[in-house]
Amino acid sequence: MNKTNPLLSVSDLHAWYGESHALHGVNLEVFEGETVTLLGRNGVGKTTTLRAIMGLIRKRTGKIEFEGKDLMRLPLHRTAYAGIGFVPEERGIFATLSVEENLMLPPVVSKGGMTIEEIYKLFPNLEERRNSQGTKLSGGEQQMLAIARMLRTGVKLLLLDEPTEGLAPVIVERIGEVLKTLKQRGMTILLVEQNFRFARRIADRFYLMEHGVVTTGFPVEELDERMAVLHEVLGV
Amino acid sequence: MIFGIPIQALFGQLLVGLINGSFYAMLSLGLAIIFGMLRIINFAHGAQYMLGAFAGYMLLAYAGIGYWPALILAPILVGLTGIVIERLALSRLYNLDHLYGLLFTFGLALVLEGVFRYYYGVSGQAYSPPPLLAGGTNLGFMFLPNYRAWVVVASLIICLGTWLLIEKTKLGAYLRAATENPSLVQAFGVNVPLLLTLTYGIGCGLAGLAGIMAAPVYQVSPLMGSNLIIVVFAVVVVGGMGSILGAIITGYVLGLAEGLTKVFYPEASSIVIFVIMAIVLLLRPAGLFGKDA
Repeated sequence: MNKTNPLLSVSDLHAWYGESHALHGVNLEVFEGETVTLLGRNGVGKTTTLRAIMGLIRKRTGKIEFEGKDLMRLPLHRTAYAGIGFVPEERGIFATLSVEENLMLPPVVSKGGMTIEEIYKLFPNLEERRNSQGTKLSGGEQQMLAIARMLRTGVKLLLLDEPTEGLAPVIVERIGEVLKTLKQRGMTILLVEQNFRFARRIADRFYLMEHGVVTTGFPVEELDERMAVLHEVLGV
Repeated sequence: MIFGIPIQALFGQLLVGLINGSFYAMLSLGLAIIFGMLRIINFAHGAQYMLGAFAGYMLLAYAGIGYWPALILAPILVGLTGIVIERLALSRLYNLDHLYGLLFTFGLALVLEGVFRYYYGVSGQAYSPPPLLAGGTNLGFMFLPNYRAWVVVASLIICLGTWLLIEKTKLGAYLRAATENPSLVQAFGVNVPLLLTLTYGIGCGLAGLAGIMAAPVYQVSPLMGSNLIIVVFAVVVVGGMGSILGAIITGYVLGLAEGLTKVFYPEASSIVIFVIMAIVLLLRPAGLFGKDA
C-alpha cells in the first residue's frame, strides 16, 4: 500500500444544489488498495461528496486529484476514463435494457478489468437471468448488477453509495463477500454506509461527516473505542 | 364487389393508405427517437422532410444527380443541417422548459418553409420516379405502380432497420439507457452530448429520407411538410410519445384506416385519424404503446 501518494485526494471541496450549499470544504484521501467508509447521519453530504467527486454535481469548487490528475477540469464523460466507477444509491439499473445489456453498458476505460466470464463466476445469479429485463431483478440482484457492471471497465476506484440499503441480511452478507473479493484483487473503494457491522468487516479507515465537512478520520482498529461517540453523533 | 364497393377502388385506396402510412411511419419514427432522447418536440420535422424532397429536386435540377445517389445524399445533407442546428441552438435549450424547444423548432419550420416559398412558390415541382421503377404491374385485381411498391418495401426496411439499430446494437443500448438516465450514462464514460447531437442528426436524416422518397409520389412543394406533420403528430400521440415500435405500427395502421375511410365514408377521411387520436387519449392517455408516466 502506497502511503505517501494518495490515489484520490480531495481538498476544500464545496458543492451546491442550486442555491443550497451542501458541502463546506470536504478533505479526504484514499490510498491505493484501501477501503474507506464515509459515516454520517442522513443529509450531512455523504452522497453529495461521491457525486461531486464523480462530477455529477457540476457546481463545485476545491481540488479533486486522482493519481495526481486534476478531475475538476474534466467533463463528466471523461471522469470514468481517469479510472473511477460509480455505483449510485438508487442503483441506476436501466429498465429498457436486459441484465446483460446493463452489464455491458459502461465502456471499458482501461485494461485490467474482469472478463464477463469472471463476473458471471462471481455473480452466478446474473448469468441465469442475463436475458431478463434489468429492473425485473430483486433489489439485491440489482445491487449486484450495479457493482458487477463496473468491474468490467478496469476502473481503479469504486464509489459505492449505500450498497446494503434496504437489503435482507443474507444479501448484505453476500455483498460483503463480493467487496472482500474485490479488495483482494486490489480494488480501491470509497464507500458510503450506515451499516456499521457491514462496514467494519471491509473498511480499513473511516471518515465521519457532519454538516457538509469531514470532522474526523480513524482506522478500523479504533472503531471500538470510538463507538460511544459515534453512536451519539450518528444517533444510532 | 365487396360491401357494394368495386374491388379496384378498395385496393386502390388501401394502397394509397399504405403509401401514406409508410410516410407517417418513417416521420413519426424520427419524431419518436428525437423526443425520446432529447425531450424536444421537433416541430421542424415536416420542414426537414420538405428539405429532403427539395434536396433531391435541386440535386437533379442543378447538378444532374439522379434519384439513386440523391436517396443517399439528401438524408445526409438534411442530417448534417440537423447536427449544426443541434450544436448551435437546441443544445442550449435542454435545461429550459420543453416549450422553448417546441417554439424554436416551430419557428425554424416557418423560416425554412418561408425561404423555399420565396424562391419556388407554392405550386410544387414535379420529380419523376427513376426509370428503373417507372411504370407498373397489373395484379389482375388492381394496377400497382412500381414506384409505390418500392416506397412500401423500402419504408418497411427503413423502419425495421432503425428499430433493430435501437433494440439490438450497442449504440442502441446507449440510446435507450441515456433516454432513461442521461447523467449516469455520461458518468460511465459515454459522451452523451455527442449522442444527443447524433440522435438529432439521425432523426432529421430520416425525415430527409422520407422527403426524397416522397418527391416522386407527391409534388415537391414548400408546404408538403406542414400538410403532413399535423397527422404525423397525431400518429405519435396515438402510438405513445417516445415509443419507437408504437410510432411505426401506428403509422401504417392509421394510414390504412384513412384509406379505408376514403372508400366507405369519404367525408370523414380527413378527420378519422384525429377521431382515433381523441378516443385513444380518452382511454389510454399514454398512447397505445406508451408507458404510463
